[in-house]
Amino acid sequence: MKNLFKKFGIHSILIFTSLLSIFPFIWLISTSLKGNTENIFAYPPTIIPSEFTLSNYIGVWHKVDFVAYFMNSMIVAGATVFLNLLLSALAAYPLARMEFAGKKFSFFAVLATIMIPFQAIMLPVYLITLKLNMVDSVNNFMGYLGLILPFAVNAFGIFLMRQAFLTIPKEMEEAAIVDGCNIVQMFFKVLLPMVKPSLAVLAIFTFIGSWGEFLWPSIVLTKESMYTLPVGVNNLQGMFSSNWRFIAAGSILSTVPIVVFFLFMQKYFISGENEGAVKG
Amino acid sequence: MHQYYKKYVPYLFLLPAAVVLMVFFFIPFFQTIVLSFQDYNTSIYNPTWVGLDNYFKLFKSPIFYKVLWNTFLYLFLAVPILAIIPLILAIFLNNKIRCLNLYKILIYLPVIVSIVVAAIAFKWLYAQQGILNYFVELFGYEPIGWLTDTNFALISVVIVTIWKGIGYYMMIYLAGLMGVPKELYEACDIDGASGIKKHLTVTIPHIMPTIALVSTISAISAMKVFAEIYVMTKGGPLNSSKTIVYYIYERAFENLDLGYASAMAVILLIIVMIFSLINIMCFERNKYQI
Repeated sequence: MKNLFKKFGIHSILIFTSLLSIFPFIWLISTSLKGNTENIFAYPPTIIPSEFTLSNYIGVWHKVDFVAYFMNSMIVAGATVFLNLLLSALAAYPLARMEFAGKKFSFFAVLATIMIPFQAIMLPVYLITLKLNMVDSVNNFMGYLGLILPFAVNAFGIFLMRQAFLTIPKEMEEAAIVDGCNIVQMFFKVLLPMVKPSLAVLAIFTFIGSWGEFLWPSIVLTKESMYTLPVGVNNLQGMFSSNWRFIAAGSILSTVPIVVFFLFMQKYFISGENEGAVKG
Repeated sequence: MHQYYKKYVPYLFLLPAAVVLMVFFFIPFFQTIVLSFQDYNTSIYNPTWVGLDNYFKLFKSPIFYKVLWNTFLYLFLAVPILAIIPLILAIFLNNKIRCLNLYKILIYLPVIVSIVVAAIAFKWLYAQQGILNYFVELFGYEPIGWLTDTNFALISVVIVTIWKGIGYYMMIYLAGLMGVPKELYEACDIDGASGIKKHLTVTIPHIMPTIALVSTISAISAMKVFAEIYVMTKGGPLNSSKTIVYYIYERAFENLDLGYASAMAVILLIIVMIFSLINIMCFERNKYQI
């Protein structure tokens, strides 16, 4: 009896928290489905629209180029993930396995970047990006470069991959050398496949981070056609000043891709295997 | 093992990452410090060297203290809650209960959604005639200006940060809880300890390092908060929700006061460095051992 009571208590708290977690989205979805004649400020509020309609979605879809925002986000997040995997793994390997002059220095230099928050150095980063012509006013490609390169590698990724390389038995490398591999073949054909789980974790968390990034793109972007989803969604507020039906519909539309991604990749997020991916 | 690589190979492996970190971390880091000693107000192209003037201006400015106060208030409101609530949830979810994964997915959902969408969703909840004020009025109070009242704006924004962070820290705790030896709980059961006592004597002491880790990580991210404020309040009303990063952004990119903004950035650098050092030296030592 006591156990049943306890179980009931735990489940009520968890259900309550789950509802709190999704309620802001539910309310946004509800508003987005309400037609023009329904008062969205009605007291008492209604969750289920009395006059259900998709017209807000159709309206906002025609006025806002979500496909372009989505493609921009895909290009930026995709390239950021690729570069992070490649550069982190490349840099991590010698730090884990090789002996060379300046190893300690390199290690602490990477560690030092953990302590430098992007928000504190964004102004010079912007000035440098301008100087390198990596802005969308030059051309789209340079615009993408400017969005991607400042986040092409970071200390968390390097340390995550270093931990992964440290767990590979040295005999693997020896065997590869005996088999006649050179260092490049060994790295790409033998070692990288062995650290796939860490690469997957790094890829997924880099993707989520890049996909949701707002501060940097809102600083560097000047052309609307280059907007990523977060910048585009923020822009909805200005476009439809008080048309909350449209703002809600646009926000929900922009969120669908990442939610689908999350549901497909959920085991990486909720299995507890991502301990190494903790970011500051 | 014999030397299977040429002497220059390690440097080749490090080179691409080194270039990126050099151009986008180290040079900007030093440039921030240099900029903080310069004045760009008279001309954006011909800065003048002004020594510590920007810092003196900063320390004389009431807004600076207001912004610093707001940022630390943000931290003191968010960090304790983000250290405790996710822990309680993680303890509940560390059992074999029904719908375990469903709970985890729903509570984690705010983490993966863009902060901009989260901020817009809350802005809508906070609307003057919005759903939250409906409940406020239901309880017989005057509607609250969640984002327009100087007493509420900062708290309203902190709520978004907390709401979005709970799932993230909960997963860190769940990983930490997996490391608590199961035998200790069994020993407790034999002793007849109650559920709460069990957690106080076994769970909490064992995951103290994780609690400390969560506290420092959430403190660091509280220092860096930006998007919530940009989308919801723009620092207003009357600077009541302006935090340090938002103020840097405003000064640098809207007022083009590069020197002053950089002096503030240096202050931010110092604060975050202290937190990061505590984190690295005390809680994540093993991860960063050479």
